[in-house]
Amino acid sequence: MKDALMEKMRKRIEELRKLPGVSNKSIKEVLEENGISRRDFLKWAGALAVTLGLPASFAPVVAEAAEVSDRLPVVWLHLAECTGCSESLIRTDAPSIDDLIFNYINLQYHDTLMAAAGWQAEENYEEALKKFAGRFILCVEGGVPTKDGGEYLTIGPEAETGLEKLKRTAAKAAAVIAVGTCSSFGGIQAAYPNPTGTVGISKVLNKPVINVPGCPPSAKNIVGTIVYRILYGALPPVDNLNRPKWAYGLRIHDLCERRGHFDAGEFVEEFGDAGAMNGFCLYKVGCKGPYTFNNCSRERFNQHTSWPVQAGHGCIGCSEPDFWDAMAPYEEPLADHKFMSVNADATADKVGVTILTLAGVAIVAHAAISAIKPPKE
Amino acid sequence: MAKRVVIDPITRIEGHLRVEVVIDENNVIKDAYSSATLWRGIEVILKGRDPRDAGFMTQRICGVCTYSHYKAGISAVENALGIEPPLNAKLTRTLLDFALFFHDHIVHFYQLHALDWVDIISALKADPKKASEEAFKYVPKGYNPIATGEDELREVQKRVAKFAEKGDLGPFKNAYFGHPTMKFTPEQNLIALSHYLKTLEMQRIAAQMMAIFGGKNPHPQSLTVGGVTCVMDLQDPARLAEYMTKFKQLADYTNRAYYADIVMAAEAYRNEPSVVQKNNLGNYITYKTMQTSQNSWLFDACGYIKDFDLGKFYEIDESKIEEDVTHSWYKDTGFRHPYNGETIPDYTGYVEGESINGEGKVVPAKVANPKGKYSWIKSPRYNKEPMEVGPLACMVVNYAKGNEKVKKVVDEFLNQTGLPAEALFTTLGRTAARMLQTKVIADYGIEAFNNLVENLKVDQTTVAPYVIDENKEYKGRFIGDVPRGMLSHWCRIKNGKIENWQAVVPSTWNAGPADMNGKKGAYEVNLIGMKLQDPAKPLEVIRNIHSYDPCIACAVHVMDVKGKKLGEFKVDPLYGGC
Repeated sequence: MKDALMEKMRKRIEELRKLPGVSNKSIKEVLEENGISRRDFLKWAGALAVTLGLPASFAPVVAEAAEVSDRLPVVWLHLAECTGCSESLIRTDAPSIDDLIFNYINLQYHDTLMAAAGWQAEENYEEALKKFAGRFILCVEGGVPTKDGGEYLTIGPEAETGLEKLKRTAAKAAAVIAVGTCSSFGGIQAAYPNPTGTVGISKVLNKPVINVPGCPPSAKNIVGTIVYRILYGALPPVDNLNRPKWAYGLRIHDLCERRGHFDAGEFVEEFGDAGAMNGFCLYKVGCKGPYTFNNCSRERFNQHTSWPVQAGHGCIGCSEPDFWDAMAPYEEPLADHKFMSVNADATADKVGVTILTLAGVAIVAHAAISAIKPPKE
Repeated sequence: MAKRVVIDPITRIEGHLRVEVVIDENNVIKDAYSSATLWRGIEVILKGRDPRDAGFMTQRICGVCTYSHYKAGISAVENALGIEPPLNAKLTRTLLDFALFFHDHIVHFYQLHALDWVDIISALKADPKKASEEAFKYVPKGYNPIATGEDELREVQKRVAKFAEKGDLGPFKNAYFGHPTMKFTPEQNLIALSHYLKTLEMQRIAAQMMAIFGGKNPHPQSLTVGGVTCVMDLQDPARLAEYMTKFKQLADYTNRAYYADIVMAAEAYRNEPSVVQKNNLGNYITYKTMQTSQNSWLFDACGYIKDFDLGKFYEIDESKIEEDVTHSWYKDTGFRHPYNGETIPDYTGYVEGESINGEGKVVPAKVANPKGKYSWIKSPRYNKEPMEVGPLACMVVNYAKGNEKVKKVVDEFLNQTGLPAEALFTTLGRTAARMLQTKVIADYGIEAFNNLVENLKVDQTTVAPYVIDENKEYKGRFIGDVPRGMLSHWCRIKNGKIENWQAVVPSTWNAGPADMNGKKGAYEVNLIGMKLQDPAKPLEVIRNIHSYDPCIACAVHVMDVKGKKLGEFKVDPLYGGC
């Protein structure tokens, strides 16, 4: 079974190798240019294989996949967003190998990083779409405003709406990746009452979109998703929200460093109290870790420097759809909260902190959470 | 015959921005329009929310100055509720600010702005030995350069040569290399290029520095109304040491690379007219930021100067801050104080027109209608006058007020470069001021850290208790300088919920369109008089606009709810009263 999988990947890589590269360099040369040893590269590949949920023995295959990655040019489109996702990407690891790989896959257009502006930028865009039609990966950062024909966002001298630009670009893309919660699910601007009618991009496209949510998501989750496609020649296994399972398969709560305190019933009652000084569980001050699927508690942020729970603040559920509405207030437990919607899971109201504490497992299903309407009106 | 050049998108910024310039037959700019092309409506979304949630939502205004709106949202609510956070919390917030400013300013100069100054291809022609020696000329007294040894420069050249030889330049494609206003020698280009690459590494350290007490970066998550949540990290000596070490690394880099490269730019560009053209707008406004002890701020001025006059400092009167929407895509209201705003979107789009394109030909394009509305950004004014905000404003106003630390750093820079104080009021000066602000933090910021450690010895409090009385109405605001200048958030709370929210953002001050009196904001008015070498490649405009470090998502959050009649606005004594 494992062998069959590896065989399939190798075959896929061989196919990619036959395609003309967009740059004439091998990854070996790029690594040398950047002073990164083969050993470091394999170490990275090993780590990525594990992140992707593959056995460590797959590291050489991951490395091979990265070597042919320049066959897949990338166009990065900014819609209604805050650039936090791009910023997250540039924070990526020393020795910057993720970043390097990302550049190496031939970043054709990224308006925060590219040198050209105005007419020259537009020219690069159109050229990439023409030259790499059907072959490039489209990464989209930001939701897409749809109200009033999408007039809340225009780009370029012809004042094309973001909606039009997204549609015609996606039509030519080999794969579409929604980077961040805004492009995945609409994000902050789509929170009630959503004045611009912003939606996640999958709502307006008629091809599959892989969602890599998070506000912002980690660079590992972004790069891993791209490598996955190269490895398998297909989109990764996803959950019911189109999120890659290897990254979003577990709840924050499952691997939380404060989980022991949750099980022991030791809680921070209010920020700054004795419980806070002792690292107790943050559930009662609003942590949404039990309802949130992401790998923060395992990967952390900024080269494993920290993550919100370590810094004493609960998770706000930023990789879940509609979390701005569904998870509010962010500093109160969800179970204390009266939901307005009839669709809301009745157990959410009934499952009190006590039961949660005692059982340790009575976590509200996230499917129920996504059905919850904004706590307003 | 006047012609127009449309530049859309302006890249290497945060957000969606278009700039249009009208040029005469000599390619001199006669008029300019700045237009934001995205609107998100975050403030209307805030209405009816739990006030404790506001900071998390305002934070998402911007992922670049990722901490600014978080702190502002939390602080505005504290101000409204009358909460005084403990000293530990205040100083920890300052430490997060240091990390933000280090990160934001170096990334701006090297990753976003540098390609306006540095010709990567020319660096290939440089003599690495000569460049290595030359680098010693630009560092401040007592420092050696960094990442400019002959060995390192040779490596940089090798890397870029291979990159350039083999065709596809990727993100560097179609740049303005070889443009006549690029003034660095090959050796100078090589020094800057080496720092471009080195900064990719240093910015990661700055981000880690924020994550130590912030939990992550971008979008840290350790502030709460009343204080900070990172009490365990503050009690951990290893965490404190980690912060201190990273602070020193960034401080060192600021002096050895950032400062030096600006001195180098001052030398190379001092005769390039588009870079040293004096600004047309002479008003600069700032507000105190970065608390370093119970009673002191690193930048302590809350006020403004007028007509480039460094000799006279005026204190701010918050009631004179107003916004106008005559040329913004909102229903007209006249000037309104932020507490009292009313904003209803009214998109009228662009009109049919012409633009010079990338080949120098005149082609049809959608253009701004100067008689109508043309931007999603509002026009903030102080006492009905446009003001420039940003590091330049922070430096010159603090200078005028007599801030000793600022005076020392600015005077040393002027001495070393031989530039007159007048030179501050230019594109070059604006770019230099951002570095000088970073240097003040690098040279003096550690005071805040030391004071925090001292205080932690006797006081472990990190959060102040409070209650929100649902029967009371509250009103409050935050004002302070963030990396792009003076930011203010204004809120009203009623029935325990947010009743109204308004943010007046730095890039709004600078990038807003003309107001009802025809007075233009900094972006537009400061471009007038600049001559373009080649209208098909308007690098002069791009460089000038980049010198403000535009952050357009910030500027177009604008949306407040229908304002009810308000009582009189009073300055809250807690944070107010400089």
